Amino acid sequence: MSTIPHLPALRRGKPYESLDKTDILNHRTGEVVARVSQVNAGVIKKDMRSIDEARALLKKFTVAQLIEISAKAGELFLNGTLPLGDKGHQQTADDYVRTLSGTSGLPHVMVKRNMQKIHYALTHVATILNGLTRGLPMDVIDRGYGEQSGAAVSYYATTQALGLVMPSNSPAVNSLWLPAIALKTPVVIKPGKEEPWTPYRLIQAFIAAGAPPEAFGFYPTDHEGSGEVLRICGRALLFGDANTVAQYRDNPKYSVHGPGFSKILIGEDCIDKWEDYIDLIASSISENGGRSCVNASAVVVPRHGAAIADALAKKLGPVAPLSPENEGARLSGFANPKMADFIDAAIEDGLKTAGAEDVTAKYRGGSRKVVFEGGVYLRPTIVRCDSFEHPLANKEYLCPYASVVEVPQSEMLSKIGPSLVVTAITKDSSFTEQLLGSALIERLNLGPISTMKISWDQPHEGNMFEFLYRRRSIERA
Amino acid sequence: MSIPSPEVAKTQLEEHLREIIHWHFSPETGSPFWLEWARKAGWDPRSEVKCVDDLKKFPHFQDEWLRDLQPEVWAPKAFHGRPFNIFETGGTTGMPKQRIGWEDYKTDYSEFSEKLSDEHFPRNHYWLMMGPTGPRRLRLAIEHLANVRGSACYFIDLDPRWVKRLISNKQFDQAKAYMEHVVDQAATILKHRKVSGLFTTPKLLEALAERVDIWDAGIRGVFCGGTTMLPQYVRFIVEEVLENRIGFYPTYGNTLMGLAASVPLTPGDQYSISYYAPQPRAILRVVDPKDTEKTVEYDTWGRVELTTLTKEFFMPRFLERDEALRRKPRAQYAWDGVAEVRPFGAMEKNIVEGVY
Repeated sequence: MSTIPHLPALRRGKPYESLDKTDILNHRTGEVVARVSQVNAGVIKKDMRSIDEARALLKKFTVAQLIEISAKAGELFLNGTLPLGDKGHQQTADDYVRTLSGTSGLPHVMVKRNMQKIHYALTHVATILNGLTRGLPMDVIDRGYGEQSGAAVSYYATTQALGLVMPSNSPAVNSLWLPAIALKTPVVIKPGKEEPWTPYRLIQAFIAAGAPPEAFGFYPTDHEGSGEVLRICGRALLFGDANTVAQYRDNPKYSVHGPGFSKILIGEDCIDKWEDYIDLIASSISENGGRSCVNASAVVVPRHGAAIADALAKKLGPVAPLSPENEGARLSGFANPKMADFIDAAIEDGLKTAGAEDVTAKYRGGSRKVVFEGGVYLRPTIVRCDSFEHPLANKEYLCPYASVVEVPQSEMLSKIGPSLVVTAITKDSSFTEQLLGSALIERLNLGPISTMKISWDQPHEGNMFEFLYRRRSIERA
Repeated sequence: MSIPSPEVAKTQLEEHLREIIHWHFSPETGSPFWLEWARKAGWDPRSEVKCVDDLKKFPHFQDEWLRDLQPEVWAPKAFHGRPFNIFETGGTTGMPKQRIGWEDYKTDYSEFSEKLSDEHFPRNHYWLMMGPTGPRRLRLAIEHLANVRGSACYFIDLDPRWVKRLISNKQFDQAKAYMEHVVDQAATILKHRKVSGLFTTPKLLEALAERVDIWDAGIRGVFCGGTTMLPQYVRFIVEEVLENRIGFYPTYGNTLMGLAASVPLTPGDQYSISYYAPQPRAILRVVDPKDTEKTVEYDTWGRVELTTLTKEFFMPRFLERDEALRRKPRAQYAWDGVAEVRPFGAMEKNIVEGVY
């Protein structure tokens, strides 16, 4: 057995060892921890020609059976020992935590938290589907038609497969595609370059739990291959920066997941009690290493901006990297140090425009970008901006970063722009009404609720059921 | 075909080299360009170039000469009065490089024909070329190759200059539409005509195979060239596009060299294709980009340097825009080969190859 695991591509579940492989490195030591087979776009196109067969195999199961398989997969993912590649390696849950941490830079505690999220999603597929379908009896999906609340309903699949072009920054995003299996839709996954671990382990967990291997495509590939995944699959999820997602956003074939620009707004009625909310705001900014699209990246207040920025900076500024095994670790390392360079330079560049101050600088006692035990980290940064028009006011970076901006309550909704999550700390009924009426907010938390809180049965970014199925009118003689 | 030993091949090459040098630098037979060059350089290659190593006395051939000068400066005096073909390469923007010729392409492709099996390219049948025709030597060469084998050839043009321009301008939809237009025409020919041999580029082959079952359409041999073919891609073509039952003949070449055939793949090759120049008419060296007098070690990367040695055209030490692995001599060829050819600097930057 080779000492370095090899992750093959999975072509409708079958391992395929390519002649073209890339190494995945530990971000701190540079040690090669796995080799990953890379396939060309033609391989994906060829496999997609017979994807109907994979869907036919999933359709042999009922949704209820697939929900049960998903739940078993959840337990296996969280606790099981599963095959890792095609050279005889096995991976325990601890191995997964260690390896993913080593290559992604996420400390163990965050990997474990992400595992819990995925586990929850897999073991609660019935609840999730109930939320996504608004209580549709699942035998309607099995039979193609039935009744809901006394009305005839019929649904058909919009695609033979769900394409996924995954990121490397946060393993929990995999939870987005998990309901697809229970919805009898094969997945065609292009994993993130530095994060093949989670989709591979999830696939192995599903197969071990009884799902047909043919339902899973795992294709590490290049830019052209990613493009084919998006082009060929009838429906696809993709993740990327604002520029990447902009070209796909208006096409109903795609569900795009870009920056969230999530925010915390405090109303006039609550602003004088701002100190009560500092812990909540700080955790919304910094949880999960500040890497999620649901992390708050702007705090918008009618007054006390300077004091709030200072309090957040005092709390977050001293946060420094710790060893990944340390339970108290709150920062993630960068698998790609150039990304850290880019972010650091972008913030510095923004600070050159008058009207912004890095309030954390005085509490940090050093530079934003630091090297610790061989890894590259960005320390938390709170920037006080004097207007929402400042270039740093509505930015999102892959680290604990937020701006604090004073905006009169009456102008907040016209300034904030599209926001994945808004936590609005207010009891003002008129402001609440305006917030409920805003088309810019995907998920609205009314009251002191962390932006990180998500509800599995209430999708905050696209409804997977409505993405994969469409209702048709039906009449039977 | 008998295979010379390395010593015999070297002797043959050096005899040929002396003959060609004498031809191009003698006032009775030589070309205006080289006669003038020697006069300005102040040395006579006829007395100073006796072996391959002496070629280093020439500087690298400048491709601007093929762009800037009128074609007749390259015509050897011995060919005066005989109209020539003008072949082009490059030209995506600005003036293309031009090479003139008479019979060289026929010589190269008649020799190449001996490397094709009748099983894959049946004699007295039909071929299809789907690729760059226009002003390229390849157009006439493929037709000659088919004719030498008693066959006729259908042609579908692809203008790589246009494709490269579309891709450089990020007009990907148009590039795709153009590719579909080309493939449509090939599919139509295959539907209505009997064809057994196909020349195309790898990307067009892949696209055609998505549209048509090329085995069922009658194709038994595919002769491919024109772009990077790394091992995994070759494997994909052989195993999944040609399904291990259609003969695959990758080649490396261009208007300035002719064509370097590949040796048949063995399991030990791991789909790494090695090409061998049509020596003595051309010499390929893989040189250290920082010291081009030196070749790199075997199985390491270097820049491809081409020397063309025919009575029609002499081109010493031209640095191609390609890099490759240097390979040892192997069966059929008693000289060095080049493998896994890709655009020079491919590791450092993205290079537009398009469908070509």
